[in-house]
Amino acid sequence: MFDINLFALSGQLLIGLINGSFYALLSLGLAIIFGLLRIINFAQGAMYMLGAFCALLFLKWFGMSYWVALFVVPFVVAVLGILIERFLIRPIANLDHLYSLLLTFGIALILQGSFTHLFGSSGLPYSTPAELKGGMKLPFMYLPNYRAWIIASSVVICGLTWYMIEKTKLGAYLRAGTENPQLLQAFGINVPLIITLTFAFGVGLAGFAGVLAAPVYSVAPDMGSNILIVVFAIVVIGGMGSIGGAIITGLLMGIIEGLTKYFYPEASATVIFLVMMLVLIVKPAGLFGKEG
Amino acid sequence: MKKMLLASLVAAGLSSGAAVAAPAIDGKVKIGVIGDMGGVYADICGPGCVTATEMAIEDFGGKALGKPIEVVSADSQLKPDVASSIVRKWVENEGVDTLGGLVASSVTGAIASVASQNKNIMLISGSASNGFTTKQCSPYIAHWTYNVAALANGTVKTLVSEGKKKWFFITADYNFGHALEGVSTKVIESNGGEVVGGVRAPLSTTDFSSYVLQAQSSGADVVALANAGNDTVNALNAAAEFGLTEMMDIAGLLVFTQNAQAMDPDVAAGMKLTTGFYWDMDDQTREWSKRFKERHGGIPSMAHAGAYSATMHYLAAVEATGTDDPDKVMSWMKSNKPNDFFSRNAYLRADGRMVHDMLLVKIKDKASRKSGDDIYEILNTIPGDTAFNPMLPECEFKY
Repeated sequence: MFDINLFALSGQLLIGLINGSFYALLSLGLAIIFGLLRIINFAQGAMYMLGAFCALLFLKWFGMSYWVALFVVPFVVAVLGILIERFLIRPIANLDHLYSLLLTFGIALILQGSFTHLFGSSGLPYSTPAELKGGMKLPFMYLPNYRAWIIASSVVICGLTWYMIEKTKLGAYLRAGTENPQLLQAFGINVPLIITLTFAFGVGLAGFAGVLAAPVYSVAPDMGSNILIVVFAIVVIGGMGSIGGAIITGLLMGIIEGLTKYFYPEASATVIFLVMMLVLIVKPAGLFGKEG
Repeated sequence: MKKMLLASLVAAGLSSGAAVAAPAIDGKVKIGVIGDMGGVYADICGPGCVTATEMAIEDFGGKALGKPIEVVSADSQLKPDVASSIVRKWVENEGVDTLGGLVASSVTGAIASVASQNKNIMLISGSASNGFTTKQCSPYIAHWTYNVAALANGTVKTLVSEGKKKWFFITADYNFGHALEGVSTKVIESNGGEVVGGVRAPLSTTDFSSYVLQAQSSGADVVALANAGNDTVNALNAAAEFGLTEMMDIAGLLVFTQNAQAMDPDVAAGMKLTTGFYWDMDDQTREWSKRFKERHGGIPSMAHAGAYSATMHYLAAVEATGTDDPDKVMSWMKSNKPNDFFSRNAYLRADGRMVHDMLLVKIKDKASRKSGDDIYEILNTIPGDTAFNPMLPECEFKY
């Protein structure tokens, strides 16, 4: 009896980790944008939805394969991000942060509404690429290849992003830009360009996650708004703006949610918010945030 | 903002204090279609239910009792409070006689408590709950398209009688899911099957793999999805991905054509389900569905077809009785059988249940689909009297 439970538990842990890597990818994008730009980007979920829809539409229109989409779509979404940042967010950059929050929320609603109007609310199917069909038999569960691919690619992307921001010269510019943009500009660095590119990179990550999600979840206009609130909670738990915090918390929350689904599924939609409350009470800056 | 809140509070207070008005028996027919115009059920019964109702009015000739028939529509936003205040305004101030569309049982239930007091006829097409002809039954409700009992008696009974005795439920954790699970469980047990386990997944769960894993280790023959919309699609996807579809049967208890189209054919092929209508059944259904598709852009769901059929029968009743008096109209509707492309072997029972043939269908595989709309193979016709729940004596209305 104990063995069976241990097996089931290992399966749930692994699934939690897979979902967690999704959360990590999405919350990373949010954390980068908030950390460097101080913008709470409510359109991140819509960008994720857009990524999934782009993969689907490019397949339909141009016969673009999943693998090509995985590279092309994040760029397309990032370009849209550049336009949004340049023409919508920048004009109000000097106002209170509440305005950019409302603006991005509005963008999210418009995008979601337009897609519902164009493609309906029921969602559309996207097939798993042939190379990743099937799965492998682990001692405790059957692991679909595509899920293994999700976890591997998310971890690699998250790792690279963290390395780029924390360890490279470009990352140093980015971090300096948030600390003191005037001073950085005085050194001859083009700060507005850095801001635009950061925003583009952040939403590009969401686009990437969207392509990754397309074969496993139904591609539907509300897919972004469903996941966004959870991702926000994760960013808050991790500490607003903490890059490493977002990644680790994403994985951690995936596991906690997975275990809840096993022990008490009714609470699985709320458990992350419960953790958020507890963290806010005990450590208001978040698990990995800097106090003050 | 504060001002607005205050104003709406005052308005709410005023309207709840207002005397209950009878519907306008003024010889002028006005139909209010309320559905989900932009949310998760928008494809099932939203703009499409408005289109279907308009088509019925046009096919009827646009006039009843010598006056043009009016139609208004609104978005319930799937919020019971929003929906009931819209309906209150409609019936108290705008002379709406009859309500159509009506999707999501929680919303429809809230509307019913307003409409039944006012004697406004409700032609329910989108909602599933049995409650509209049991707990909440009213002389003015016609529950047209399907209900939870028909879904269970169709899909569940068929599978149990095929020898699939052990069942596992993945249930949406709200009223509709619980009701569907409850009714299905009764059908399973009374036919010699047993429920070996189940999980209650919150509404709008994105990832079902955890539940699929639990189903896998349950040793069941069938995994029943007592949910709807994207939840069903996502659950099915996860089931296929984790190899569950090869070990067990998956039964989608409520699947609309739009949901079936959202499923990957490789994954969904072979799944059996119950529906009140399929567009490609015969020439009659094809003819209407073609016209609907030209106007709406997609094939009709059973809720769309039901909305048309119910409106037609209602208008026929108004014309035949020569009045928009709800008692006389309902009495005529119940004593005359509807007969159109949707209503097969149909009659409106005294409790308001529209009893008609249901269809047991199977989702086609990719190779046998001739087009994107070619999704079901019809396996069986389930006679209405077997499909729907029996009438409760306290709901047998006389006029």
